[in-house]
This record gives sequence, structure tokens and C-alpha cells, in this order.
Amino acid sequence: MKSFTYERAKTPAQAAAAVAKQQGAKFLAGGTNLLDLMKLEIETPTHLVDVQDLKLDRIERTDEGGLRIGALVTNTALAADATVRRDYGVLTRAIVAGASGQLRNKATTAGNLLQRTRCPYFYDTNQPCNKRKPGTGCAAIGGFSRQLAVIGSSDHCIATYPSDMAVAMRLLDATVETVKADGKTRSIAMADFHRLPGDTPERDNELERGELITAVTLPRPIGGTHLYHKVRDRASYAFALVSVAAVIQKDGSGRAAFGGVAARPWRVEAAEAAMTQGARAVASGVFAGAKPTEENQFKILLAERTLASVMAQAKG
Amino acid sequence: MKFETPATQNPIDQMKVIGRATDRIDGPLKTTGMAPYAYERHDVASGQAYGYIVGAAIAKGRITTMDTSRAKAAPGVLTVLSTLDHDKPLPLGMMNIAHLYGGAEIAHYHQAIAFVVAETFEQARAAASLIQTEYARDKGRFDLAAAAPSAPYEPSGSGADAKDIERVGDFAAAYAAAPVTIDQRYTTPGESHAMMEPFATIAGWESEKLTIWTSNQMIAWNKGSLAKALSLKPENIRVDSPYIGGGFGGKLFLRADAVLAALGAKACGRPVKVAMQRPLMINNATHRPATIQRIQLGATKDGKLTAIHHSSTSSNLPDGKPETAIAQTKMLYAAPNREYWLKLAVTDLPEGNAMRAPGEAPGLMVLEMAMDELAEKLGMDPVELRVVNDTQVDPGDPSRPFSQRHLVECLRTGAEKFGWSRRHAKPAQVREGKWLIGMGMAVGFRDSPNTKSAARIRLEKTGRLTVETDMTDIGTGTYTIMAQTAAEMMGVPIDHVKVILGDSDFPVSAGSGGQWGANNATSGLYAACVKLREQVAQQLGFNAADAIFADGKVSAGNRSVPLADAARSGPLTGEDGIDYGDIVKKNQLSTFAGHFVEVAVDAYTGETRIRRMLAVCDAGRILNPKSARSQVIGAMVMGAGAAMMEELAVDKRFGYFVNHDLASYEVPVHADIPHQEVIFLDYPDDKSSPMKAKGIGELGLCGVGAAIANAIYNATGVRVRDYPITLDKHLEKLPAIA
Ligand SMILES: Cc1cc2nc3c(=O)[nH]c(=O)nc-3n(C[C@H](O)[C@H](O)[C@H](O)COP(=O)(O)OP(=O)(O)OC[C@H]3O[C@@H](n4cnc5c(N)ncnc54)[C@H](O)[C@@H]3O)c2cc1C
Ligand code: SF4
Repeated sequence: MKSFTYERAKTPAQAAAAVAKQQGAKFLAGGTNLLDLMKLEIETPTHLVDVQDLKLDRIERTDEGGLRIGALVTNTALAADATVRRDYGVLTRAIVAGASGQLRNKATTAGNLLQRTRCPYFYDTNQPCNKRKPGTGCAAIGGFSRQLAVIGSSDHCIATYPSDMAVAMRLLDATVETVKADGKTRSIAMADFHRLPGDTPERDNELERGELITAVTLPRPIGGTHLYHKVRDRASYAFALVSVAAVIQKDGSGRAAFGGVAARPWRVEAAEAAMTQGARAVASGVFAGAKPTEENQFKILLAERTLASVMAQAKG
Repeated sequence: MKFETPATQNPIDQMKVIGRATDRIDGPLKTTGMAPYAYERHDVASGQAYGYIVGAAIAKGRITTMDTSRAKAAPGVLTVLSTLDHDKPLPLGMMNIAHLYGGAEIAHYHQAIAFVVAETFEQARAAASLIQTEYARDKGRFDLAAAAPSAPYEPSGSGADAKDIERVGDFAAAYAAAPVTIDQRYTTPGESHAMMEPFATIAGWESEKLTIWTSNQMIAWNKGSLAKALSLKPENIRVDSPYIGGGFGGKLFLRADAVLAALGAKACGRPVKVAMQRPLMINNATHRPATIQRIQLGATKDGKLTAIHHSSTSSNLPDGKPETAIAQTKMLYAAPNREYWLKLAVTDLPEGNAMRAPGEAPGLMVLEMAMDELAEKLGMDPVELRVVNDTQVDPGDPSRPFSQRHLVECLRTGAEKFGWSRRHAKPAQVREGKWLIGMGMAVGFRDSPNTKSAARIRLEKTGRLTVETDMTDIGTGTYTIMAQTAAEMMGVPIDHVKVILGDSDFPVSAGSGGQWGANNATSGLYAACVKLREQVAQQLGFNAADAIFADGKVSAGNRSVPLADAARSGPLTGEDGIDYGDIVKKNQLSTFAGHFVEVAVDAYTGETRIRRMLAVCDAGRILNPKSARSQVIGAMVMGAGAAMMEELAVDKRFGYFVNHDLASYEVPVHADIPHQEVIFLDYPDDKSSPMKAKGIGELGLCGVGAAIANAIYNATGVRVRDYPITLDKHLEKLPAIA
């Protein structure tokens, strides 16, 4: 680990300014991802701005009847929140399908959204990786790619984005709220927040340097049955091969978003019109244009069957 | 003490302490964090500095330059060692294949190439990243499947007896004539020991004397190997390893942590501690090699095997050994016509070597799947097929009987307790909601090796006993069975016995590995206790043969004296060992199990969930049913991992195991493991040792993978012959969903 300096910011704007002003500075929230990556020298920040004192740890109603989740609300608190459990059950289910109790106690909403890929080559600093070290190449292409993306990938990177929570937020049409160093705020729809790799896989999302996430807002509840099914090689404590977040209404209509298949939560709204026709109809729309590798092409069938399982469960 | 004839009645048969379910005496220390593991022995030497290991970034080639100057100048750095400090590799230790350190040649990924010692761990780690290394890459061989077709035979036997193919009868003719046959190819992947405690050592020098506080299963091997590697006299080395956080064979041999800590301590004149970083563990050290196996079975219509072919190809570094996946097949089922061979390809992947039940684990995963396939083809119950083909003698040498073999009883008992009769012979018949339910079984088999083992026991003035041996407790419960043995032999309560293990200054024991630890180490202690009893009797004026040791007293006739009285004028020490005569060669000493498993497979996603597991074990006298059960259920977990998820993923271009940490090399978690049950038949085996016990530590793993695989097949009707059975391998063929 490289040595670094550390400070604790008092206000969001101050935190944003502190990171913006210093090349190589980063925010530190729960640290469950950033510190691991620092120990492995995958991330090598020179300065850490700790955001824990920013009082962004509240969950409040919005004027529109939705919910505003502070950036520092822990995964545990968010999953356990009574309103979330009642009105946005898919979010609770997604969060508790991830990591472990201990990690969720530390992990924050913003930190979770910004967790980095679990591509095994990203983790080994001896290997080429465009996401870790732009321009070095992608070791995963032609390598061990079983876990990696089947859609939205590029010739520069085929990594997946590993968050479970974000899949549910994408499904719920969440919005990310930020503040920049100059104090300006903006809202970014979750659909636009994470980037596909293209030829700049090093940029996971649309945030600018020093831009701080202050909250994630959810629109009004949409009713329906909320389900999250995460499929993996063991029963717990592993990242998804494929996951499906779905809200399904009594008439069989609904929405579905997929995790473990792309560099962002994967949802194709147009394909959801086919929800009443069954999983195959939806999946063929969602995965049109997929470019899996030989090792991970099973994920497309798996996604379809997992959606079928979720639909059957919703029927009860 | 030489063990040459079957054991007769002896004090162990009293079973006042032995054979009782006894809590581990090290348990409270471990659950309260008071048992110091190697890296935590802060008190053994003052001024400990921290080491950090640098692993090679390529799999094959050589280092052209290494610049350590920036690392040397970094804050807190005491010394930086480079593999280029040595013009060739340090001498190989016992059983090692890959060199641990020294020279410019890189033989495998993450081979140790440099070592940084600093005042703090963080400083050492930071400095390590400043080392600049340039390599010349060679083209390596990294693909077993590609290398297999041209791999040479690995002959069995040696000298004039060496044979490429072992043959009994005429396999080809018998197979061709058999009315029912199967012929299948199977694969098992490389697996990692993935123990919790990494390789870790603290090394300290006092003039020319070196002590390592380390984590190792085989103290005497480790001492001898370290002496060789560092060109030291063995008497100048002390190895101490009282607590070991798992090894599974990964800690049988000397590893780089010990070598580098010793070299680092020498270079900086201070004790040095190091724990190998987790991401280095898998490629730096050894693993269970992958195999490609073929089995052909021919049988009569009533299930009698007439022809068996089992062959296996694995790969290793040059001069390495094969994974002996055919070993159990030679012993398990007799058929008049048999043929076996091993082939060994050369690859430049990390070293393949022993992992818990080497040979049997992958061999049985395959053999017992093949038997399941044969049973189905015969229309015969899988249990009955095994029963019909049981043998009470070594099929390779029918003049050698098994000392005991209650395999049929294991199977019958297991079938009854498990409710085997409820299994549908036809697969994919049982549904519960979205779950496809299936049952499977398999036979477990593992030798129980006999090997020399010594110990010493001292009667203190207080009447308390102290046991000393270099035997290790790798989390298995050795401390407790040693205390039980001493307590039984000397007639005292178990809490009057103190057991000190893992110190190379103590008598040399069997060590822990190959499921030979418990039976041999307790037998060695038995011998030492016999010596001590003689001294006690003499001291107290008894005839040793008549004296009864019980309740803290020694008695004969109507005279009874407190045991402690014997040590009134000073402690008495009995030291001896067990050594085995022909008896263990004339008889085949093995252990047996029947494994039964029920699984549920998600009809949509193909995810498998184990529902129930039962193992019925025949492994001689069970010394401590509690720790023996722990051994078996732990091994069953390992078997679940092997069947369902564990696989070292090979990058065939860069030549290394890609999933080299515990996040990506998945082993079972609690949620994967359901109710587990273990039944011991518990037949004392008088031809095994004076303890009449056998090994149990590996038996629980043997066969369980196949039982799971067979249960999955029974649930789904899809036979997957490439382990591990991950959902992608059967997803497409699962029964249609409604
Ligand atoms: C063993 C293990 C298993 C796991 N399993 C799962 C799993 O199954 N599913 C899953 O979804 N996740 C899993 N995780 C990931 C876990 O969810 C994340 O580590 C966690 O959510 C990160 O939150 P944090 O607050 O600790 O982030 P940190 O590590 O503190 O930060 C992560 C990133 O976010 C940035 N950041 C933090 N806060 C802000 C802010 N307010 N504004 C802008 N940038 C910010 C940081 O600079 C850093 O780059 C696992 C993690 C571990 C270690
Ligand atoms: S897939 Fe992306 S993260 Fe993985 S090696 Fe390639 S560039 Fe790096």
C-alpha cells in the first residue's frame, strides 16, 4: 500500500472541494471496497477524504411521495428500513443477497454504487487490464471469463459490475444526487449512471472528479410483488453469476433488471412489454445483441430461466 | 516397541477414557483466541521485523534484471533479498518438486523472487511494490488436455518390476465378452487446500542456531528440509509448531515462508516474521493436480464385475509425481480381468502434490460415478452392486486379507438409516415445487498407513503427566487423543495430562498427513507409557505385569499406592516409539465408508442444494467419537466443495491459476451444508496397532463427491462427468419447466 494522507470533511461541499483540488484524492466511506483495493495496490490514492461526518445517513420521504436515501445510509440500515421493506421490497432483498452481515454494517449506499468490478484479472496487478491500467490490454478476453459480461462489453473490457443493490435501484428508476466542488448539484438517472466500457473502461460511471454522491432517491412506490433472485456457484457469500430483480403486478405485467451480465445493471424497458408472454419473450429482447464468450454464454439461458422462476414465484 | 503380532488385551481396552466423546482440550484456547498461531507468537523472540514476499509475475522464463534500490531506500526497510543473490536455486527440501527460492529461472507463477523486511508490515508491503523486475518469458506448457495425448506412462513398481500397464487376466477379451459394459471419460479439476491459516513463520538466530516458529504438519521433514535448503546442520535447527490453522497436505513440506524468514532474519540480525499473502498462496505452493480419467467396466447380468479398466492422466512440473487416482480401484472391487495405468504430462503450472486423500479423492469421484452408471445400466440397486462385488482380500494379491473390512455393513446400515429404499431408481422422478429431488450413494475407501512414531511421557512429582512429541495437531484433535491415551494407560483423569506437541526437540512422531497421525502417534505414546509403567512399578516395588493403574493409584493384590509416590524422588520418564513388523504388510489395513446424500436441484436455475448427508464409517476403534466426527463432517464439506464448486481456473496463455484468493476460489459456506450425520461401526482392529485404531481424517472425503454427483444425476437425469458440477453444465438439459 502506498502512503497517503487523510482528512475528515465536515460538509458535502467541503468534501467535494477537497477531492477535486488534489490529484489522486478519493472519498472514503465504509472502506470495505476501497481499502481492499488499496492493500492490493489496485487503487493508489494519495489522499483520502473521509465522508462519515457528513450527516448523510438519513432516509426521508420526498415531496413526491418517494424516498430519499442518504449516501451514508448503511446497507444494513437500508435493508431493514420499514418503509423500504414495505414499499420497495426488491431493494431489501437485493441488499441482503450481497456480501455478509458484517460487511453490510459498514458498507454505505454510495460506496456500494461505486464498488469496482470483480474481474479476476483486475485483481492481479501482474496482468494487463484496461480498467486498472488504461492501454495495457484486457487479459480477460480470451482468458477466464466465466463470471464476466455477456452484453454491453467492448473489445477493451468485458467486466461486469457486481452490485446487487444497484440492480434493484435500476429497476425502481432511482436517481443519484450529487454535489460538485463548486457546490453545484445534479441528478443522474440510475439508467445513465454506470457507463459501458467502450474504449474507456477505466471510467465506471459518469461522476466527475470530486463529485460527491449525497443521496439516492426513489420515486413513488409502484406496488406489485418484489423479488430478487441471485444465482451463484454457492449458496451464499459470492457474487452473482446472474441475478434478476423484478416487480410483477397481479396481471403479470411488470419490470425486470439483470445483474451479473454487464458493466451496469441491465434493463431494457422496451422488452418489459412482453412480461405477460413469459420469460423467453422478455429475455430475447433484453439480450438481443449479446456477445457472450464461450465460457459464459450459459448466462443468457440462466437469466431467462431465473426470470421464469421469479415469474412463477410471483404467481404464487 | 515393535508391533509384530495382533494386539491382545491391553489397558486401552478398558475404554474408560479412550472411546469416550471428549471435548478438545485445546478448544477453549482456540475459541478465546489464546492459542497462538505462528504469526501471533509475539513473545518468543523480541524485536520481530516484518517480511513481505514478492512473487514472480510470469509463469516460465527467467529474470533478466531486478532493481531493488528504491525498495532498499524506502522508509523502515531493514533488508531486501533478491533471488538473484543466489546464482542457483537453494537445494530442494524433502518431497518438494519446485525450488522455493534462488536463481534467475522462473518455473511457475508467483515463485518467490524477493523478500522485503521492514519495521512494519505496511512498510514492507509498500517497499515491495518499488522493486522493478524484468523478465524474459519462455513459452510454457499450461494445458493438461493438450499435453495428455502425448504424455508418457508413469510406470508402477520400480526397477525390473516396473510396468507401464498393470494387468491381471485379459481385460480386453473380458470387456468384449461382458454382457453389460460402460466406458466413460471423466475429468477432475485442480483444487487448492485453501486452509484458513496461511503459511507463516517467525525465524530467529542465536549465533549459528536457527529457530523457526512455524505452521507445519511434519516437523521432522520440515527440519531436515530446512537444513538442506540452508546448508545447515540439522542439530542447529529447531522447529516449533504447536498450533496449525489447517493444512490439508499443503503444509506437509517446507515452504518459502520458512526459508525467507530464516534468510531475512540472518540478513538483518533480527527475528523476522512473515505470513504469505493470500493471493500468493495458490500459485506459490502446491495444489491437487487435475486429472483426465477413463473407466471401462464389464459385468455379468447379475452385476459381477468381470473387467475393470481405470486410467488417469495428470500433469506436473518436470520430476513431479502423478495424482494416483487409480489407487483405490486396485483394492476396492475384485474382477478377474483388470488393467490400470497412469500417465504423467509435463506442464509449467505450479507444483502438484498431496492434498487430503491424494489419489483417492479424485479417483473415487470418478470410480464411484462409473459404478452408479453401471448400476443403472444393469437395472440394479447401486448399493447391491457394491455388495455383490465386495472382496475380503486384496484383489492384487489374494494371499493378503484385509485386516478387517466391514464395507457391506457400512452400506447396509447406511441404506437403512438414510431411507435409501425411498429412492427412485429412475432419475428425475421426484419433484417438490420447483425442486428436483435425488438421492445418491458411493463407497469411501482409504488406506490406513502404519508408520513409526515416538513419544515421551514424564510423571512429575505432583503426580501429573507431561507428554512430549513432535506430533502435530492440525486442528484434528491430536492433543485430546494423546491426553486420552496417557490417561487411560496411567490410570489418571484426562486433566492430569499435559500434552506438548510440535517441537522438533521432542521425539520424532508420525506427524499429520495421509490419515496416519492418530493411530500411529497414540501407539507411539502407548509404547512410551508402557515404559513409564515399568519404571513406576519398579519404583513402587510392583511387578509391572500385575500392576493395575487406575484412579491415580497403582495396585496389585491388596496393596495400593498413589501413582505420584513413584516420582517422589524425582520425575520418571518413559520414552519409546512404535515400529511395525510384517503384520501390517501381510494384512491390508484400510478404512471404509458408505456415503449417502440427498440433493435438491432448482429446476429453473440448476442450482444444487444438498439436503442431507450420512457417512457410515469403518475405521477401527474410534478413539474420540467427538473429534472423529468433526474430522468426518469436515471432510464431507470438502467433498461437497469438490463436487459442486471447487476448481482452480487455468489461464492457458499466462500459465497460472486465475482464481487465486478466497473470494474467487469458492469453497462451501455454511449455507451450503445441511444436516450431516456420521455413524461409526467402531470395530477395534487388533492387526492395526496396540490402539486397535485406524485413520479417519481422510476417509470422510473419499467417495462423498461421487455420492453428491450421483444424487444430482438421480435428481435431474443429466449426467455430468466433468467436476465440479456447476449449474452451467446441466442447465440446458434440465427437464422442461412447466
Ligand atoms: C467479501 C466481500 C463480499 C462482497 N459481496 C458482495 C455481494 O455479494 N454483492 C454486492 O453487491 N456487494 C458485495 N460486496 C461489496 C460491498 O457491497 C461493497 O464493498 C460496499 O458496498 C462498498 O461500500 P463502502 O461504503 O464500504 O465503500 P468504500 O469502500 O468506502 O468506497 C467505495 C468507493 O466509493 C467511493 N465513495 C464512497 N462514498 C462516496 C460518496 N458519497 N460519493 C462519491 N464517492 C464515494 C470511494 O471513493 C470508493 O471509490 C462485497 C464485499 C466484500 C469485501
Ligand atoms: S475485463 Fe475489464 S477489468 Fe477485466 S481484465 Fe479486461 S479490462 Fe480489466
